[in-house]
Amino acid sequence: MWGILGRRAVDGGLSASSLRRMRSGLVSARSYAAGSKEMTVRDALNSAIDEEMSADPKVFVMGEEVGQYQGAYKITKGLLEKYGPERVYDTPITEAGFTGIGVGAAYAGLKPVVEFMTFNFSMQAIDHIINSAAKSNYMSAGQINVPIVFRGPNGAAAGVGAQHSQCYAAWYASVPGLKVLAPYSAEDARGLLKAAIRDPDPVVFLENELLYGESFPISEEALDSSFCLPIGKAKIEREGKDVTITTFSKMVGFALKAAEKLAEEGISAEVINLRSIRPLDRATINASVRKTSRLVTVEEGFPQHGVCAEICASVVEESFSYLDAPVERIAGADVPMPYAANLERLALPQVEDIIRAAKRACFRSK
Amino acid sequence: DSSFYGGHGIVGAQVPLGCGIAFAQKYAKEEAVTFAMYGDGAANQGQLFEYICLWDLPSILVCENNHYGMGTADWRAAKSPSYYKRGDYVPGLKVDGMDAFAVKQACKLAKEHALKNGLIILEMDTYRYHGHSMSDPVGAHTFTRDDISGVRQERDPIERIKKLVLSHDLATEKELKDFFINLNIVCPGNIFSDDMEKEIRKEIDDAIAKAKDCPMPEPSELFTNVYVKGFGTESFGADRKEVKAALP
Repeated sequence: MWGILGRRAVDGGLSASSLRRMRSGLVSARSYAAGSKEMTVRDALNSAIDEEMSADPKVFVMGEEVGQYQGAYKITKGLLEKYGPERVYDTPITEAGFTGIGVGAAYAGLKPVVEFMTFNFSMQAIDHIINSAAKSNYMSAGQINVPIVFRGPNGAAAGVGAQHSQCYAAWYASVPGLKVLAPYSAEDARGLLKAAIRDPDPVVFLENELLYGESFPISEEALDSSFCLPIGKAKIEREGKDVTITTFSKMVGFALKAAEKLAEEGISAEVINLRSIRPLDRATINASVRKTSRLVTVEEGFPQHGVCAEICASVVEESFSYLDAPVERIAGADVPMPYAANLERLALPQVEDIIRAAKRACFRSK
Repeated sequence: DSSFYGGHGIVGAQVPLGCGIAFAQKYAKEEAVTFAMYGDGAANQGQLFEYICLWDLPSILVCENNHYGMGTADWRAAKSPSYYKRGDYVPGLKVDGMDAFAVKQACKLAKEHALKNGLIILEMDTYRYHGHSMSDPVGAHTFTRDDISGVRQERDPIERIKKLVLSHDLATEKELKDFFINLNIVCPGNIFSDDMEKEIRKEIDDAIAKAKDCPMPEPSELFTNVYVKGFGTESFGADRKEVKAALP
C-alpha cells in the first residue's frame, strides 16, 4: 500500500483520503493508525531475511558472528537454528576473503546475503564489491550477473570513533552497476531488504545501528511475506509547500522533528525519505522542489562529493528556474569523527541545523 | 614518544602496519624491532601472511591466542588454529602466554632472530576471563565460572610468580604486598589484605573521578589535527554556513 501511494505522490495525483491515510502513521512519528502493529527495525530485517530464505533455497547468509552468536546486532537471530549451517555461515574475520567467496557464489547463481559488521570494514573488501560485483554484468555483456546483497550498519553510532563511524552512501552510490538502498522505518527495512534479496544485481544495503531498536508502526500489508518496496523510488514522509528537505536513514527522523518545529513557526516543510540512493529518485525530488522552490538536503556523511552534493547538482540542473533560494546542504562535519561526546555532537547534523537551514532558505533568518 | 603506536580499529590491519614500522627501522639501520600484536580472531587474514616476510623485516608478530574471536572459537574460524605454524616460511614459536618468564625468554629470542633473519611469529597461549567487550556477557559462550576460577588458581601469571617467589624464599608475604602497593598494581586473588585492597581501590576510584572531572574538549578542537599542513583550506561543521574553520 505504501509503495503504491509513494508512486501516486510522484505523479502528483493524490486524493484527500489517501493523503490522510498516508499521514496517519507517519507525521506524529509514534502514534498508531487504528489497529496497526509496531515493529522494531531489527525484527523487520530479521523477518525479511527469514522469509526470503524460506522462499528461495538459493538465499544464504554469511558474515562474522551471524550464526552461533545470533548476529553481532541480533539481526540474524534464530536463523542458524531454523535453517542450519548449510544456509547460515559464520566466517573468520577476513572481509576480503568472505566477500570474494560471496561474489563468486553469486556468479554461480546463488544469492548470498553478506553481512559486514559495519560498513567501515567493507573497505577491506571494497575491491570485490566494486570490481568483482558491480562491473561484472557490464563487462560480461550480461552473461555474469551478481545477485548479491551486502548489508550492515552504516554511518555514525554513539562514541565509536573515527574508524567506526563513516557513512559510505556517497562512495557506493557513485558506482554504476551497484544499487544502494538506505531504509529508515521498519516498513522500509522489510520492503527494501526483500526487494534487494530478490534483485538480480549487487545491492549495498545501508542500515543504521541506532535505528535497530526503534519501533515503527507497520501495516498488515507490510507484514505479508510477498511485500516488497520498489527500488529507485523515494517516499514523501510528510507533505509540505514551503521547503523540500531530502534525506535518508536516521536523518529522516531528525528531518521530521525539524518539520514539526518549523510548522509551529508557519513553515510547511516537505520531507522526502530517499530510500534509494542509487538509483536516485530525481523525479520525486525535482517535482517537490518545483512545488516548494526551496531545497535543504541532509546527510550524515562527509560533505564533499556527498549524496547532498549530487542532489543539489540535480536540482540546479533540472529545476533552476523554480528555485527561490540557494540550495542548502546539512552534512557531517568535514573532519574525521571525533571521539569526545561533545565534539561528536558537533560533527553530526542536529535538528537545529536542519531548522536553521530551512529558515535560511525561507529567508527567515539573518 | 614511547614507541607505542596504540591500538587500531580495523581488525588485522595493524599487522602490515607494524611491519611497516619495522621496515622503517631496517631502512634507518636502527638495531630495533617492532612487535605487532593481534588476536586469534585477526589471524585469518591474507594480509597477515602475504609478502611481509619477503623482505626479512625486523618484525615480531605476536598472536595473543585466547581461543575466541569475539563470539567465535578459534577452531571455527581457522582450518589450522596453530597460529605459530601459519607463516609457512616464517618461523613460529608457541609460548605459554600465562608464564611471564616464558614470555620474556621468547621475546628475547625473537628479537635476536628478527634482527638477524627477519620475521618471526610468537603465538602466546592465553585465557579470556571476560567477554569480548561491554556488550558481550562473560560465560555466555565461553567458560563457566568454575573454569575461570580454576584457571585463576593454576595459570594466572601474577599468581604463579607470587607462588614461585614465596616458595623460593625470595620474599615474604608482607614484602610482596608492600612491593605491589608501591607499584600501584591491583591483582586478582588474595594477594592483599582487605584494608590494602580498599586503599588501592580508592586510589583507582580517585583516578577515575579525576579523569571524569576533566573538562570536555573545546568546540574548536573539532578542527584540530586534521592535517599537518592544511594550507588554510576550509573545513565545515554540520551546517556549512554556520560553522567553518580554516585548517592551518
